[in-house]
Amino acid sequence: MDFNDTPDEAAFRSEVSQWLMQNAPEFTITADTKEQEFVAKAKAWQAKKAEAGYAGIRLPKDVGGRAGSEMESILFDTEEGKYELPLGPVVGIGQSMAIPVIRKHGTEDQLKRFAEPTLKGDITWCQLFSEPAAGSDLAGLRTKAVKDGDEWVVNGQKVWSSWAHHADWGILLARTDPTVAKHKGLTFFLIDMKSPGIDIRPIRQISGESDFNETFMTDVRIPDKYRIGEVGEGWACAMTVLTSERLSSAELKESESVDYLIELAAQTPGDRGTALDNDCVRERLAYWYSLEQGQKNFHLRMLTKLSQGSGPGAEASLLKLVYAQRLQQSAGFGMEIQGLSGLATSPSDHAAEEMQKTYIWSTAMRVAGGADEVLLNQIAERVLGMPGEMRGDKNIPFNELA
Amino acid sequence: MNFDLSDDQKMLAEQANKLLAEVSTPDRLRQLIDEKADYDQVLWQNLAELGFLGAAIPEEFGGIGMSAMELAVVAEEVGRYNAAIPFVSSVVQAAKIIELAGTQKQKETWLPRIASGEIIATLSTHEGAGDMQSPPLPQCRLDSNGLSGKKLPVADGHYAHLAVVTCQHQGKLALALVDLTQDGIQKTQLSSFDELRPFAQLSFDQTPAELLELDDCDSQQALYKTLNYAAAIIALEQIGGTETCLYMARDYSLERQIFGRKLGSYQAIKHKLAQVYVKLEIARSNAMYATWCLANNASDTGEAIAVSRLSALDAFETAARENLQVHGGIGYTFEANCHFYYRRERLLAGLLGGKSLWSDKLINAVKAA
Ligand SMILES: Cc1cc2nc3c(=O)[nH]c(=O)nc-3n(C[C@H](O)[C@H](O)[C@H](O)COP(=O)(O)OP(=O)(O)OC[C@H]3O[C@@H](n4cnc5c(N)ncnc54)[C@H](O)[C@@H]3O)c2cc1C
Repeated sequence: MDFNDTPDEAAFRSEVSQWLMQNAPEFTITADTKEQEFVAKAKAWQAKKAEAGYAGIRLPKDVGGRAGSEMESILFDTEEGKYELPLGPVVGIGQSMAIPVIRKHGTEDQLKRFAEPTLKGDITWCQLFSEPAAGSDLAGLRTKAVKDGDEWVVNGQKVWSSWAHHADWGILLARTDPTVAKHKGLTFFLIDMKSPGIDIRPIRQISGESDFNETFMTDVRIPDKYRIGEVGEGWACAMTVLTSERLSSAELKESESVDYLIELAAQTPGDRGTALDNDCVRERLAYWYSLEQGQKNFHLRMLTKLSQGSGPGAEASLLKLVYAQRLQQSAGFGMEIQGLSGLATSPSDHAAEEMQKTYIWSTAMRVAGGADEVLLNQIAERVLGMPGEMRGDKNIPFNELA
Repeated sequence: MNFDLSDDQKMLAEQANKLLAEVSTPDRLRQLIDEKADYDQVLWQNLAELGFLGAAIPEEFGGIGMSAMELAVVAEEVGRYNAAIPFVSSVVQAAKIIELAGTQKQKETWLPRIASGEIIATLSTHEGAGDMQSPPLPQCRLDSNGLSGKKLPVADGHYAHLAVVTCQHQGKLALALVDLTQDGIQKTQLSSFDELRPFAQLSFDQTPAELLELDDCDSQQALYKTLNYAAAIIALEQIGGTETCLYMARDYSLERQIFGRKLGSYQAIKHKLAQVYVKLEIARSNAMYATWCLANNASDTGEAIAVSRLSALDAFETAARENLQVHGGIGYTFEANCHFYYRRERLLAGLLGGKSLWSDKLINAVKAA
């Protein structure tokens, strides 16, 4: 066990931190950055990284990567996290979902066509998996793709498509054979979001923003060369996406950390002295602090495993589970200790506003990318080896399900 | 960065595991309880022979000179099998405080004998109810006439050969080294909640004792360091216990048929055990980090230990309770094995203070950072 950088790691870290010092400030964002500007900056930052060889650190050189190690990628992310940069799904879906699935299940040509432009921010992506009747039970999706010559004709409705309104391309999971059991009849596609027949409608979220959308597809045509993997291999492709999504847990925002909350409590007047002088407050903050540290340390253990070449198993689900639950609890508590000012804020009260935003955002975190209950099932079944759920759809062809 | 045990550490764990699995069986624990044994002498002897007792004692004092990480590896196996031995008293706490606060001569006299298992030592801080981490001055007093006063509860006190006792000396906190084999010390065994970890009351009356006094050593500081060190090691003992409880509950749930299906197929049980797994892995990650900090004198050692203690308390508490719950009525019987851990969990929580105390320590450490 050693938490210090090896000489190589230290050298890479210092190279990265110098490069960031010179280049990052120009791209930083604030709470006031508007969406259009955010997207433009996000793409430009991606291009800057690609030019310097820092986008796709683990990818091979011939597709625009650096052929670096897992560790280098982690070091870069840590150093990058020290700046307020325009990261997130708008460029992240391409990096952590599209490229990995194309790499693992696609062809050389497909990788050549998409990897480099994605790394450079020229192509952005959205994920078209969930549907009104298929979320946790993703394999229950109904969007159909029917083969017509060299093309597929797609009809259906996707929902919760984050950043689809800015995306150039989408990763799409669709049903190509309704006569077999539901997991078996799925195929994976790349879809050009500018194709005729795509209608993207924003959804108003509880945060007041509209990051995600409904995506309607009517007779959208996808050339067969944009199919990923074999016909019927869609479920395996989707699993690749979900696994790599789970490990790409970004650096915490500062205002989400328990440190921030401890500082806030120390500055908030309480019944004796500050809120932090109350022992009940201390006990709860300490508990969340230990969870937050545990999550970080567990993440490091997972990364060590990865760098030793053994892939993360279902135990990686633990990360988001611990993070999202803790976030909701600690942000709710952060609002509470501020009394009414936690609820009715003056424009200058940045901290209270952050707590409110986090409290709202935490609800999405507990659902998206595997809801809490689903993750607990995964841990019980795949890590502890307990029985799967009783189900009403096993081995029944999709078109015969009630 | 490399967050994994070394191959040597893994081998050490395997060795300790093999021995404990063989000797410290549940039936052996039941036998020790029925015989009202002080501790498992066979196991202790075996551990001594393999050098485990001196694992973290410096080589110049008869030990093997390994770090806190290796001692923690052994502690995890002790916890896994709920071993009935004075491990924490003798080789964790007493050995550490003598190493930190003893003179060269005191270390030369006592540490090799602790390392070889020839003597059993203990650290005594309590004088009745309440927590003794940052006590007012103890009532127990050391002056030119010797040591006088009462200590209770003292872990393994009625049969240990040597004790380090907190006392007052010239109006300040001091540490006295007392040979418990001498006449004139009144020893009364207390009724221990964990029957496999006995406690006693010791009454001293002008008992000959010497100060544990390295030049310039601050007793308060040495005590604080020792208790923190113990917390980091005991976290692994708690984790070993947690893991046993988790898999004991899992195995039972896969055996037991209820309403025509396996108990373990019910989501309430699956989620309960998945939550225990989460707490276990959080605790393990924090404990590994804390022992690394300890072994490397990292600047955030105090904070890391408090974090580790809090998550180990949380994990073992939940695991011990829910394991018994999953077993239903059988869990309430002496024949089943749940009760060993249900009791041990409370013992390890009480030993160094519970969540409120360590939460307070943690927030102080974070604020000071
Ligand atoms: C902010 C946000 C962004 C998103 N972005 C995208 C995106 O870009 N692309 C995309 O495809 N999708 C996206 N999603 C969708 C997300 O993946 C789904 O919301 C998620 O999979 C849950 O599905 P659902 O909403 O249909 O809820 P449901 O599956 O209906 O779940 C409802 C409740 O039932 C529980 N539940 C489900 N199954 C079980 C079970 N077996 N046992 C016990 N309880 C169960 C769940 O835990 C949950 O509490 C996004 C969601 C959010 C909130």
